[in-house]
Amino acid sequence: MTAVEAPAPRRKFRESTLGQIWTGLTRSPAGFAGTVLVLAIVGFSFIGPLVVDQHNPTDTSQIWTAPSGEHWLGTQYEGKDTFTILVNSGAEPIWVGGMAATMAVIVAVVLGSIAGYFRGRIDALLLQLTDVTVTIPQFLLMIAVVAFFEDIPPWGVAIVVGSTMWAFLFRSIRAQVMSLKEREFVEAAKLQHLGTARIVFREILPNMAGFIFVNFVIAVNQAIYAIVGLYILGLMPSGTPNWGLMIHLSWQNNFFLLPVAMPFVLAPLLMIVLFTIGLVTMGRGLDQALNPRLRER
Amino acid sequence: MSETPLLKLSGLEQVFDTRKGPVAAVGGVDLEIKAGKVLCLVGESGCGKTTTARAAAGITRPTSGAVEFRGKPLTAMNAAERTEYRRSVQYIHQDPYAALNPTRTVYSTLTAGLKRHGLVKGRTEARAKAAELLRLVDLTPPESYLDSYPHQLSGGQRQRVNVARSLAMDPKLLICDESTSMLDVSIRVSLLNTLGRLRDELDVGFLFITHDLAVAKYFAWDGEIAVMYLGKVVEHGPTPEVIGNPQHPYTKALIGAVCEPDPDLAKANRSAEQLRSAEIPSLHDLPAGCAFHPRCPAFEPGVCDGERPLLQLASRRNVACHVVARDRAPAAADDRTLTFDAVPGLRRPEPESAI
Repeated sequence: MTAVEAPAPRRKFRESTLGQIWTGLTRSPAGFAGTVLVLAIVGFSFIGPLVVDQHNPTDTSQIWTAPSGEHWLGTQYEGKDTFTILVNSGAEPIWVGGMAATMAVIVAVVLGSIAGYFRGRIDALLLQLTDVTVTIPQFLLMIAVVAFFEDIPPWGVAIVVGSTMWAFLFRSIRAQVMSLKEREFVEAAKLQHLGTARIVFREILPNMAGFIFVNFVIAVNQAIYAIVGLYILGLMPSGTPNWGLMIHLSWQNNFFLLPVAMPFVLAPLLMIVLFTIGLVTMGRGLDQALNPRLRER
Repeated sequence: MSETPLLKLSGLEQVFDTRKGPVAAVGGVDLEIKAGKVLCLVGESGCGKTTTARAAAGITRPTSGAVEFRGKPLTAMNAAERTEYRRSVQYIHQDPYAALNPTRTVYSTLTAGLKRHGLVKGRTEARAKAAELLRLVDLTPPESYLDSYPHQLSGGQRQRVNVARSLAMDPKLLICDESTSMLDVSIRVSLLNTLGRLRDELDVGFLFITHDLAVAKYFAWDGEIAVMYLGKVVEHGPTPEVIGNPQHPYTKALIGAVCEPDPDLAKANRSAEQLRSAEIPSLHDLPAGCAFHPRCPAFEPGVCDGERPLLQLASRRNVACHVVARDRAPAAADDRTLTFDAVPGLRRPEPESAI
């Protein structure tokens, strides 16, 4: 009877979400390159310290030497090996940035969905809160907080950075939920009595997954910038080595007068730039991976 | 006919507040739908068909009047009864593209409600049930559709998935809001046949909304047709009667407007009734008396523009027209200006060849 509707030829595939993300990431060359770059830098920063010899003594006979076989990136102002410092410097900005971004995105998505779906008084209240948050200059707030609490731990920085980043994402999530909840498939879900929480988080949210992931990636970037920036300004306790601290120290030691000091400042800069590029291209790949329409192409 | 109707609308009114003032999209509609029966709601765009259906489905709350499910008004229901109503009355949207979540597979769409209400346990059972639903709507073999996303399906296939999702709740009443209007004609017939089988085999009642009289005639031949005009039912009766021997001038005009491939019949139809105006009056400013009088070919000054006509029994059906009510004489009852074949194209096939 239904001969008119020829069934579409379909290959049978049943993949896990992780598998889909992986295919999406590896499908486009740019997305793949970005993923490789991000994974390489994360691996370098988290696995590297376990592999590289941590014994890196101060050596007054080796101050500011050029790159050589023994010291791949030369030595710094105390005669320590620059490469060893670089290996140890990536972990903190990455995990603090990731934590800040995760926090900001979770807060923005949960509050944004609630405000957009329920509207009314809770929406008005949250909107006021974002208005206030948006008017506070982010970097000034960070500087003030960091200066006030002198021995602030890295997770404290993550909270401060995260709390300034959620407001903008909250607004776009709210707007998207407001538009998506008028769609007919949401009404169809209501007719099935699926329950509000399920409708918001299982029916509406997946439609924004690509958008949320791309914003997460951007948030990681922003958070890393903010943290590195605080270190560069010398506002953070100089305990663990990290990219920002390296730039701060090279500035303190007048690297611009010393050509041999260039690797010490260029190496962290290059890491930050490469990590940013990697994240952005990976974000684009993720967007494709999580959108079933784009996934098919 | 003493049994309680499945769904009963009484005095249903829906007023929307707009910037130009209140708009009565539906102004007092009384309808009844019985189990396994079809009630077809026809009328032109903007006459309140969809608004009526949405109120009947409990999506919107009517401004006044009552929706009763099995004799119990919606507003008086407790949580359990409301859940029962919610599951028993399902609504199929007009647009098969918008009504499916693009991020979910057919399997996930079909089983969300089942899982939520604990009707299936475990993945194997859920898949089996989903496959059974797909088979009910003629999407076979089900295995080739279960893991598809909506964008991989054609319009007809999507609408079948929509129907299957409604059937997952084991509904007693399906409200189809122009559910076939966006489909290709050939697919429309096969979907109508599928729906007809559900009606006959599962005893599902239908509130079927359409602007296509051919579809109404095909699907609701054993049921009833209610013709709506500007928020009111103007004629209501058994389908063969309404289509074969329309009484209200508006119904006559609607049937006269159906494309007739036979030029002789077309000419006869055209000469039969001509509307005085093609313009639909604004809902903001309804004409006094009968809302149809500015367009009505049978308009008689003094009769039609005074009072609002009520639905009255005229030769075995309800008609809201002053002229018909006045002329209702035994001799005029069998006046057949148009034949059963006035709506061409689709003819209900013989029962044995139906499926």
